[in-house]
Amino acid sequence: MTEALPTRNAEDWRYADLAALAPLWPLADAEVVTVAAGGDYARTIVQSDGGVTRLTLVLESKAVAAVYILNAGGTYGRVEVDVTLHDGADFTLGGVQVAGAAQTMEVITTVTHAGPNAASRQMVRSVAGAAGVVSYLGKVRVERGADGTDGVQSVRAMLLDRSGQANARPELEIYADDVKCAHGCAVGELDANGLFYLAARGLGPAEAKALMLQAFIAEAFDGAGDEENLRVLAQARLEAVL
Amino acid sequence: MLQITNLSATVADKPILKGLSLTINAGEVHAIMGPNGAGKSTLGYTLGGRPGYEVTGGSVAFDGADLLALAPHERAAAGLFLGFQYPVEIPGVSNLQFLREALNSQRRYHDLPPLSGGEFLKLAREKAGLLKMDMDMLKRPVNVGFSGGEKKRAEMVQMGILDPKLAILDETDSGLDIDALRICGEGINAIMRRPDKAVLLITHYQRLLDYVKPDFVHVLAGGRIVKSGGAELALELEEQGYEAVA
Repeated sequence: MTEALPTRNAEDWRYADLAALAPLWPLADAEVVTVAAGGDYARTIVQSDGGVTRLTLVLESKAVAAVYILNAGGTYGRVEVDVTLHDGADFTLGGVQVAGAAQTMEVITTVTHAGPNAASRQMVRSVAGAAGVVSYLGKVRVERGADGTDGVQSVRAMLLDRSGQANARPELEIYADDVKCAHGCAVGELDANGLFYLAARGLGPAEAKALMLQAFIAEAFDGAGDEENLRVLAQARLEAVL
Repeated sequence: MLQITNLSATVADKPILKGLSLTINAGEVHAIMGPNGAGKSTLGYTLGGRPGYEVTGGSVAFDGADLLALAPHERAAAGLFLGFQYPVEIPGVSNLQFLREALNSQRRYHDLPPLSGGEFLKLAREKAGLLKMDMDMLKRPVNVGFSGGEKKRAEMVQMGILDPKLAILDETDSGLDIDALRICGEGINAIMRRPDKAVLLITHYQRLLDYVKPDFVHVLAGGRIVKSGGAELALELEEQGYEAVA
Protein backbone atom coordinates (compact mmCIF):
# COMPACT_ATOMS: atom_id res chain seq x y z
CA MET A 1 0.00 0.00 0.00
CA THR A 2 1.38 3.38 -0.89
CA GLU A 3 1.61 6.03 1.78
CA ALA A 4 -1.29 8.47 1.77
CA LEU A 5 -0.74 12.04 0.67
CA PRO A 6 -0.23 14.30 3.70
CA THR A 7 -3.03 16.59 4.81
CA ARG A 8 -2.85 20.06 6.35
CA ASN A 9 -3.17 18.44 9.73
CA ALA A 10 0.38 17.18 9.37
CA GLU A 11 2.52 19.95 10.89
CA ASP A 12 5.35 19.47 8.43
CA TRP A 13 3.04 19.92 5.47
CA ARG A 14 0.82 22.64 6.83
CA TYR A 15 1.80 25.29 4.30
CA ALA A 16 2.70 22.98 1.42
CA ASP A 17 1.03 23.18 -1.97
CA LEU A 18 -0.71 19.82 -1.69
CA ALA A 19 -2.10 19.95 -5.22
CA ALA A 20 1.41 20.39 -6.58
CA LEU A 21 2.69 17.70 -4.24
CA ALA A 22 0.19 15.04 -5.39
CA PRO A 23 1.85 14.16 -8.72
CA LEU A 24 5.25 13.88 -6.92
CA TRP A 25 3.84 11.48 -4.35
CA PRO A 26 5.09 9.07 -3.01
CA LEU A 27 8.44 10.79 -2.53
CA ALA A 28 11.73 9.05 -2.92
CA ASP A 29 13.63 8.42 0.31
CA ALA A 30 16.04 11.10 1.43
CA GLU A 31 19.61 10.94 0.26
CA VAL A 32 21.67 9.96 3.30
CA VAL A 33 25.19 11.24 3.76
CA THR A 34 27.33 10.27 6.70
CA VAL A 35 30.31 12.51 7.36
CA ALA A 36 32.99 10.49 9.13
CA ALA A 37 34.62 11.66 12.34
CA GLY A 38 36.71 14.77 11.71
CA GLY A 39 35.51 14.94 8.11
CA ASP A 40 34.40 17.91 6.07
CA TYR A 41 31.34 18.20 3.86
CA ALA A 42 29.80 20.98 1.81
CA ARG A 43 26.73 20.94 -0.33
CA THR A 44 24.85 23.48 -2.40
CA ILE A 45 21.24 22.85 -3.35
CA VAL A 46 19.83 25.06 -6.07
CA GLN A 47 16.17 24.25 -6.57
CA SER A 48 15.29 25.91 -9.85
CA ASP A 49 12.41 23.99 -11.43
CA GLY A 50 10.25 22.68 -8.62
CA GLY A 51 10.09 19.45 -6.72
CA VAL A 52 11.11 18.06 -3.36
CA THR A 53 14.75 17.63 -2.34
CA ARG A 54 15.46 15.61 0.80
CA LEU A 55 18.86 15.34 2.41
CA THR A 56 19.77 13.55 5.61
CA LEU A 57 23.18 14.23 7.14
CA VAL A 58 24.81 12.36 9.96
CA LEU A 59 27.82 14.18 11.37
CA GLU A 60 30.05 11.95 13.39
CA SER A 61 32.39 13.23 16.07
CA LYS A 62 33.95 16.61 15.13
CA ALA A 63 32.69 16.43 11.56
CA VAL A 64 31.99 19.77 9.88
CA ALA A 65 29.27 20.33 7.31
CA ALA A 66 27.79 23.31 5.49
CA VAL A 67 24.68 23.31 3.34
CA TYR A 68 23.62 26.27 1.20
CA ILE A 69 20.19 26.39 -0.36
CA LEU A 70 18.62 28.56 -3.03
CA ASN A 71 14.99 27.53 -3.29
CA ALA A 72 13.36 29.62 -5.97
CA GLY A 73 12.04 27.75 -9.01
CA GLY A 74 8.89 25.98 -10.14
CA THR A 75 5.40 26.26 -8.68
CA TYR A 76 6.29 24.16 -5.66
CA GLY A 77 9.78 23.81 -4.25
CA ARG A 78 10.55 22.08 -0.99
CA VAL A 79 13.94 21.38 0.51
CA GLU A 80 14.15 19.16 3.58
CA VAL A 81 17.38 18.86 5.51
CA ASP A 82 17.67 16.54 8.48
CA VAL A 83 20.93 16.70 10.39
CA THR A 84 22.17 14.73 13.36
CA LEU A 85 25.26 16.07 15.15
CA HIS A 86 27.42 13.90 17.31
CA ASP A 87 30.12 14.93 19.78
CA GLY A 88 31.72 18.24 18.75
CA ALA A 89 30.26 18.31 15.25
CA ASP A 90 29.60 21.61 13.47
CA PHE A 91 26.79 22.41 11.05
CA THR A 92 26.08 25.57 9.04
CA LEU A 93 23.00 26.15 6.95
CA GLY A 94 22.45 29.21 4.78
CA GLY A 95 19.22 29.37 2.86
CA VAL A 96 17.48 31.83 0.59
CA GLN A 97 14.08 31.27 -0.88
CA VAL A 98 12.14 33.45 -3.25
CA ALA A 99 8.54 33.00 -4.34
CA GLY A 100 6.65 35.07 -6.85
CA ALA A 101 3.08 34.72 -8.10
CA ALA A 102 1.70 31.17 -7.86
CA GLN A 103 4.89 29.85 -6.27
CA THR A 104 5.15 28.05 -2.95
CA MET A 105 8.66 27.61 -1.57
CA GLU A 106 9.53 25.93 1.68
CA VAL A 107 12.59 24.89 3.61
CA ILE A 108 12.24 22.38 6.42
CA THR A 109 15.14 21.65 8.71
CA THR A 110 15.45 19.26 11.61
CA VAL A 111 18.71 19.59 13.50
CA THR A 112 19.31 17.07 16.25
CA HIS A 113 22.14 17.60 18.70
CA ALA A 114 22.71 14.00 19.76
CA GLY A 115 26.15 14.45 21.32
CA PRO A 116 27.72 17.16 23.50
CA ASN A 117 29.60 20.28 22.40
CA ALA A 118 28.23 20.41 18.88
CA ALA A 119 27.35 23.70 17.18
CA SER A 120 24.73 24.51 14.58
CA ARG A 121 24.03 27.81 12.85
CA GLN A 122 21.09 28.23 10.53
CA MET A 123 20.26 31.37 8.63
CA VAL A 124 17.24 31.48 6.34
CA ARG A 125 16.08 34.50 4.38
CA SER A 126 12.77 34.25 2.56
CA VAL A 127 11.23 36.71 0.14
CA ALA A 128 7.62 36.60 -1.06
CA GLY A 129 6.49 38.71 -3.99
CA ALA A 130 2.85 39.28 -4.93
CA ALA A 131 0.83 36.09 -4.32
CA GLY A 132 3.94 34.10 -3.44
CA VAL A 133 4.22 31.82 -0.41
CA VAL A 134 7.44 31.15 1.52
CA SER A 135 7.64 28.95 4.58
CA TYR A 136 10.37 27.88 6.91
CA LEU A 137 9.86 25.20 9.50
CA GLY A 138 12.94 24.56 11.56
CA LYS A 139 13.37 22.41 14.59
CA VAL A 140 16.43 22.22 16.78
CA ARG A 141 16.32 19.25 19.12
CA VAL A 142 18.88 18.89 21.88
CA GLU A 143 18.92 15.41 23.34
CA ARG A 144 19.57 14.45 26.91
CA GLY A 145 23.31 14.56 27.55
CA ALA A 146 24.04 16.91 24.64
CA ASP A 147 25.53 19.47 27.01
CA GLY A 148 27.59 22.31 25.63
CA THR A 149 25.30 22.57 22.61
CA ASP A 150 25.43 25.88 20.76
CA GLY A 151 22.48 26.26 18.42
CA VAL A 152 21.52 29.41 16.52
CA GLN A 153 18.60 29.97 14.19
CA SER A 154 18.16 33.27 12.41
CA VAL A 155 14.96 33.40 10.40
CA ARG A 156 13.74 36.43 8.51
CA ALA A 157 11.14 36.89 5.83
CA MET A 158 10.32 39.83 3.61
CA LEU A 159 6.96 40.54 2.04
CA LEU A 160 7.18 42.64 -1.11
CA ASP A 161 3.43 42.85 -1.48
CA ARG A 162 0.46 42.54 0.83
CA SER A 163 -0.74 39.52 -1.17
CA GLY A 164 2.40 37.54 -0.38
CA GLN A 165 2.57 35.13 2.52
CA ALA A 166 5.47 34.20 4.78
CA ASN A 167 5.27 31.47 7.39
CA ALA A 168 8.04 30.85 9.86
CA ARG A 169 8.19 28.38 12.68
CA PRO A 170 11.51 28.10 14.45
CA GLU A 171 11.27 25.49 17.21
CA LEU A 172 13.50 24.47 20.08
CA GLU A 173 13.16 21.21 21.91
CA ILE A 174 15.72 20.88 24.67
CA TYR A 175 16.34 17.95 26.97
CA ALA A 176 19.83 18.89 28.19
CA ASP A 177 20.76 21.44 30.85
CA ASP A 178 23.94 23.16 29.77
CA VAL A 179 22.83 24.51 26.41
CA LYS A 180 23.08 27.75 24.48
CA CYS A 181 20.30 28.09 21.95
CA ALA A 182 19.11 31.26 20.27
CA HIS A 183 16.47 31.83 17.72
CA GLY A 184 15.27 35.00 16.14
CA CYS A 185 12.38 35.32 13.75
CA ALA A 186 10.96 38.32 11.94
CA VAL A 187 8.62 38.98 9.05
CA GLY A 188 8.65 42.44 7.58
CA GLU A 189 8.56 44.76 4.64
CA LEU A 190 11.37 46.65 2.96
CA ASP A 191 12.45 49.51 5.21
CA ALA A 192 10.84 52.74 3.98
CA ASN A 193 13.67 54.77 5.46
CA GLY A 194 16.26 52.78 3.51
CA LEU A 195 14.28 53.03 0.29
CA PHE A 196 14.03 56.80 0.63
CA TYR A 197 17.76 57.04 1.31
CA LEU A 198 18.52 55.18 -1.92
CA ALA A 199 15.95 57.23 -3.85
CA ALA A 200 17.54 60.42 -2.52
CA ARG A 201 20.78 59.29 -4.17
CA GLY A 202 19.07 58.79 -7.51
CA LEU A 203 18.06 55.13 -7.56
CA GLY A 204 14.65 54.43 -9.08
CA PRO A 205 12.08 52.42 -7.12
CA ALA A 206 12.94 49.01 -8.66
CA GLU A 207 16.70 49.56 -8.37
CA ALA A 208 16.34 50.66 -4.76
CA LYS A 209 14.29 47.59 -3.87
CA ALA A 210 16.77 45.29 -5.61
CA LEU A 211 19.62 46.76 -3.55
CA MET A 212 17.65 46.44 -0.32
CA LEU A 213 16.95 42.80 -1.13
CA GLN A 214 20.60 42.19 -1.90
CA ALA A 215 21.28 43.55 1.57
CA PHE A 216 18.53 41.39 3.07
CA ILE A 217 19.98 38.09 1.84
CA ALA A 218 23.59 39.22 2.15
CA GLU A 219 24.76 37.03 4.99
CA ALA A 220 22.99 33.79 4.05
CA PHE A 221 25.64 32.68 1.56
CA ASP A 222 28.65 33.82 3.60
CA GLY A 223 31.32 31.17 3.41
CA ALA A 224 29.77 29.17 0.55
CA GLY A 225 32.33 27.90 -1.95
CA ASP A 226 30.28 29.24 -4.84
CA GLU A 227 29.09 32.29 -2.93
CA GLU A 228 29.29 34.67 -5.87
CA ASN A 229 27.36 32.36 -8.18
CA LEU A 230 24.64 31.85 -5.56
CA ARG A 231 24.33 35.59 -5.03
CA VAL A 232 23.97 36.21 -8.75
CA LEU A 233 21.33 33.49 -9.15
CA ALA A 234 19.42 34.71 -6.11
CA GLN A 235 19.56 38.34 -7.23
CA ALA A 236 18.13 37.43 -10.62
CA ARG A 237 15.20 35.67 -8.95
CA LEU A 238 14.69 38.59 -6.56
CA GLU A 239 14.58 41.09 -9.38
CA ALA A 240 12.10 38.88 -11.21
CA VAL A 241 9.58 38.97 -8.34
CA LEU A 242 9.83 42.70 -7.61
CA MET B 1 18.20 78.10 -8.37
CA LEU B 2 15.67 77.24 -5.66
CA GLN B 3 12.57 79.25 -5.05
CA ILE B 4 10.32 78.19 -2.21
CA THR B 5 7.07 80.11 -2.10
CA ASN B 6 4.66 79.96 0.79
CA LEU B 7 5.33 76.26 1.40
CA SER B 8 3.09 74.39 3.82
CA ALA B 9 3.51 70.75 4.73
CA THR B 10 2.09 68.25 7.18
CA VAL B 11 3.49 65.11 8.75
CA ALA B 12 0.84 62.64 9.92
CA ASP B 13 -1.76 65.37 9.43
CA LYS B 14 0.10 67.72 11.75
CA PRO B 15 1.00 71.05 10.12
CA ILE B 16 4.76 71.62 10.40
CA LEU B 17 5.67 74.07 7.66
CA LYS B 18 3.31 77.03 7.60
CA GLY B 19 3.95 79.26 4.65
CA LEU B 20 7.72 79.16 4.33
CA SER B 21 9.38 81.22 1.62
CA LEU B 22 13.05 81.20 0.70
CA THR B 23 15.06 81.93 -2.42
CA ILE B 24 18.53 80.50 -2.99
CA ASN B 25 20.61 81.66 -5.94
CA ALA B 26 23.52 79.88 -7.57
CA GLY B 27 26.80 80.57 -5.78
CA GLU B 28 25.17 81.11 -2.39
CA VAL B 29 25.42 79.30 0.91
CA HIS B 30 22.41 79.60 3.18
CA ALA B 31 22.11 78.39 6.73
CA ILE B 32 18.86 77.63 8.47
CA MET B 33 18.93 77.62 12.23
CA GLY B 34 16.18 77.29 14.72
CA PRO B 35 14.95 75.68 17.90
CA ASN B 36 14.03 72.00 18.14
CA GLY B 37 10.74 71.20 16.50
CA ALA B 38 10.74 74.30 14.32
CA GLY B 39 10.49 72.27 11.12
CA LYS B 40 14.12 72.32 9.95
CA SER B 41 14.40 68.63 9.14
CA THR B 42 10.85 68.62 7.77
CA LEU B 43 11.92 71.27 5.26
CA GLY B 44 14.78 69.04 4.08
CA TYR B 45 12.63 65.93 3.82
CA THR B 46 9.79 67.78 2.09
CA LEU B 47 12.19 69.13 -0.52
CA GLY B 48 13.66 65.63 -0.92
CA GLY B 49 10.19 64.13 -1.40
CA ARG B 50 10.14 61.75 1.54
CA PRO B 51 6.92 59.71 1.71
CA GLY B 52 4.74 60.89 4.60
CA TYR B 53 5.69 64.55 4.18
CA GLU B 54 2.68 66.00 2.49
CA VAL B 55 2.71 69.37 0.80
CA THR B 56 -0.53 71.19 1.51
CA GLY B 57 0.24 74.52 -0.09
CA GLY B 58 2.78 76.66 -1.89
CA SER B 59 5.30 75.80 -4.58
CA VAL B 60 8.97 74.98 -5.07
CA ALA B 61 10.80 75.76 -8.29
CA PHE B 62 14.21 74.17 -8.85
CA ASP B 63 16.02 75.57 -11.87
CA GLY B 64 12.66 76.76 -13.08
CA ALA B 65 11.01 73.30 -12.93
CA ASP B 66 8.33 72.21 -10.47
CA LEU B 67 10.34 70.25 -7.91
CA LEU B 68 7.28 68.91 -6.12
CA ALA B 69 6.06 67.14 -9.26
CA LEU B 70 9.17 64.92 -9.32
CA ALA B 71 9.66 61.58 -7.57
CA PRO B 72 12.52 61.51 -5.02
CA HIS B 73 14.98 59.81 -7.39
CA GLU B 74 14.12 62.31 -10.12
CA ARG B 75 14.84 65.19 -7.73
CA ALA B 76 18.25 63.63 -7.09
CA ALA B 77 18.88 63.28 -10.81
CA ALA B 78 17.79 66.88 -11.30
CA GLY B 79 20.68 67.89 -9.03
CA LEU B 80 19.31 67.93 -5.50
CA PHE B 81 21.38 66.22 -2.82
CA LEU B 82 19.92 65.64 0.61
CA GLY B 83 22.51 64.95 3.29
CA PHE B 84 20.98 62.81 6.02
CA GLN B 85 21.24 63.48 9.71
CA TYR B 86 21.14 59.71 10.21
CA PRO B 87 22.56 57.98 7.13
CA VAL B 88 21.07 54.51 6.65
CA GLU B 89 23.12 51.31 6.95
CA ILE B 90 22.86 48.83 4.08
CA PRO B 91 24.62 45.54 4.88
CA GLY B 92 25.88 43.45 2.00
CA VAL B 93 26.06 46.38 -0.44
CA SER B 94 29.41 48.14 -0.78
CA ASN B 95 29.65 51.92 -0.93
CA LEU B 96 31.26 51.59 -4.34
CA GLN B 97 28.48 49.45 -5.79
CA PHE B 98 25.81 51.71 -4.30
CA LEU B 99 27.40 54.91 -5.57
CA ARG B 100 28.17 53.55 -9.00
CA GLU B 101 24.56 52.42 -9.41
CA ALA B 102 23.27 55.73 -8.08
CA LEU B 103 25.51 57.78 -10.36
CA ASN B 104 24.73 55.69 -13.43
CA SER B 105 21.04 55.86 -12.63
CA GLN B 106 21.28 59.66 -12.56
CA ARG B 107 23.25 59.62 -15.80
CA ARG B 108 20.64 57.43 -17.46
CA TYR B 109 18.03 60.01 -16.46
CA HIS B 110 19.96 62.55 -18.53
CA ASP B 111 20.51 60.11 -21.41
CA LEU B 112 24.22 59.90 -20.63
CA PRO B 113 26.13 56.61 -20.97
CA PRO B 114 27.13 54.86 -17.73
CA LEU B 115 30.64 55.38 -16.37
CA SER B 116 32.91 52.38 -16.77
CA GLY B 117 34.30 50.67 -13.68
CA GLY B 118 37.68 52.34 -14.21
CA GLU B 119 36.26 55.81 -14.72
CA PHE B 120 34.08 55.44 -11.66
CA LEU B 121 36.93 54.24 -9.44
CA LYS B 122 39.08 57.19 -10.49
CA LEU B 123 36.27 59.58 -9.56
CA ALA B 124 35.61 57.81 -6.26
CA ARG B 125 39.30 57.88 -5.35
CA GLU B 126 39.53 61.59 -6.03
CA LYS B 127 36.45 62.45 -3.93
CA ALA B 128 37.42 60.11 -1.10
CA GLY B 129 40.78 61.89 -1.06
CA LEU B 130 39.07 65.26 -0.59
CA LEU B 131 37.41 63.92 2.56
CA LYS B 132 40.55 62.07 3.67
CA MET B 133 38.64 58.81 3.52
CA ASP B 134 40.47 55.58 2.82
CA MET B 135 39.35 53.72 -0.32
CA ASP B 136 39.07 50.57 1.80
CA MET B 137 36.20 52.25 3.65
CA LEU B 138 34.34 52.56 0.35
CA LYS B 139 34.71 48.85 -0.28
CA ARG B 140 32.85 48.16 2.93
CA PRO B 141 29.04 47.93 3.15
CA VAL B 142 27.22 51.26 3.15
CA ASN B 143 27.58 52.87 6.60
CA VAL B 144 27.77 49.49 8.38
CA GLY B 145 30.10 49.75 11.36
CA PHE B 146 30.93 53.38 10.53
CA SER B 147 31.23 55.79 13.43
CA GLY B 148 28.98 58.86 13.44
CA GLY B 149 31.80 60.94 11.99
CA GLU B 150 32.64 58.38 9.31
CA LYS B 151 29.02 58.28 8.20
CA LYS B 152 28.97 62.04 7.71
CA ARG B 153 32.25 61.96 5.82
CA ALA B 154 30.86 59.16 3.66
CA GLU B 155 27.87 61.41 2.94
CA MET B 156 30.24 64.10 1.75
CA VAL B 157 32.08 61.61 -0.47
CA GLN B 158 28.71 60.65 -1.95
CA MET B 159 28.00 64.32 -2.56
CA GLY B 160 31.35 64.71 -4.30
CA ILE B 161 30.73 61.77 -6.58
CA LEU B 162 27.12 62.64 -7.43
CA ASP B 163 28.08 66.29 -8.03
CA PRO B 164 24.72 67.96 -7.28
CA LYS B 165 23.72 71.55 -8.05
CA LEU B 166 22.11 72.08 -4.67
CA ALA B 167 23.02 70.35 -1.44
CA ILE B 168 20.64 70.43 1.51
CA LEU B 169 22.67 69.23 4.46
CA ASP B 170 20.64 68.27 7.51
CA GLU B 171 22.77 68.57 10.65
CA THR B 172 25.85 67.30 8.92
CA ASP B 173 27.77 68.65 11.91
CA SER B 174 26.02 66.51 14.52
CA GLY B 175 28.13 63.71 15.92
CA LEU B 176 31.36 65.13 14.55
CA ASP B 177 34.52 65.68 16.55
CA ILE B 178 36.60 68.79 15.92
CA ASP B 179 38.83 67.26 13.24
CA ALA B 180 35.95 65.59 11.41
CA LEU B 181 34.02 68.87 11.52
CA ARG B 182 36.91 70.67 9.85
CA ILE B 183 37.33 67.93 7.23
CA CYS B 184 33.61 67.94 6.41
CA GLY B 185 33.55 71.74 6.28
CA GLU B 186 36.51 71.83 3.92
CA GLY B 187 34.87 69.07 1.85
CA ILE B 188 31.67 71.08 1.50
CA ASN B 189 33.68 74.11 0.39
CA ALA B 190 35.76 72.13 -2.09
CA ILE B 191 32.77 70.40 -3.66
CA MET B 192 30.02 72.99 -3.45
CA ARG B 193 31.56 76.47 -3.14
CA ARG B 194 31.25 77.23 -6.85
CA PRO B 195 29.39 79.85 -8.83
CA ASP B 196 27.05 77.25 -10.35
CA LYS B 197 26.18 75.48 -7.09
CA ALA B 198 24.41 76.30 -3.86
CA VAL B 199 24.15 74.92 -0.33
CA LEU B 200 21.45 74.96 2.32
CA LEU B 201 22.88 74.05 5.71
CA ILE B 202 20.43 73.00 8.39
CA THR B 203 22.13 73.27 11.73
CA HIS B 204 21.71 73.95 15.42
CA TYR B 205 25.13 75.38 15.98
CA GLN B 206 27.48 78.05 14.78
CA ARG B 207 30.50 75.75 14.73
CA LEU B 208 30.06 74.33 11.18
CA LEU B 209 29.57 77.90 9.97
CA ASP B 210 33.12 78.69 11.10
CA TYR B 211 34.28 76.48 8.24
CA VAL B 212 31.50 76.99 5.72
CA LYS B 213 30.81 80.71 5.78
CA PRO B 214 27.15 81.34 4.98
CA ASP B 215 26.09 84.26 2.82
CA PHE B 216 22.68 84.24 4.49
CA VAL B 217 21.40 82.96 7.80
CA HIS B 218 17.71 82.35 8.45
CA VAL B 219 15.87 81.56 11.63
CA LEU B 220 13.12 78.99 11.25
CA ALA B 221 10.51 78.96 13.99
CA GLY B 222 6.93 77.77 13.99
CA GLY B 223 7.19 76.53 10.42
CA ARG B 224 8.25 79.84 8.87
CA ILE B 225 11.34 81.93 8.34
CA VAL B 226 11.04 84.56 11.06
CA LYS B 227 14.30 86.39 10.57
CA SER B 228 17.03 86.56 7.93
CA GLY B 229 20.44 88.16 7.97
CA GLY B 230 24.10 87.70 7.13
CA ALA B 231 26.69 85.47 8.77
CA GLU B 232 26.64 87.73 11.84
CA LEU B 233 23.09 86.57 12.67
CA ALA B 234 24.40 83.10 13.53
CA LEU B 235 26.83 84.62 16.02
CA GLU B 236 24.07 86.70 17.57
CA LEU B 237 21.92 83.59 17.93
CA GLU B 238 24.77 81.68 19.50
CA GLU B 239 25.26 84.44 22.07
CA GLN B 240 21.70 85.41 22.84
CA GLY B 241 19.54 82.39 21.92
CA TYR B 242 16.57 82.13 19.59
CA GLU B 243 14.07 83.77 21.87
CA ALA B 244 16.00 87.00 22.19
CA VAL B 245 16.83 87.31 18.50
CA ALA B 246 13.83 85.96 16.64
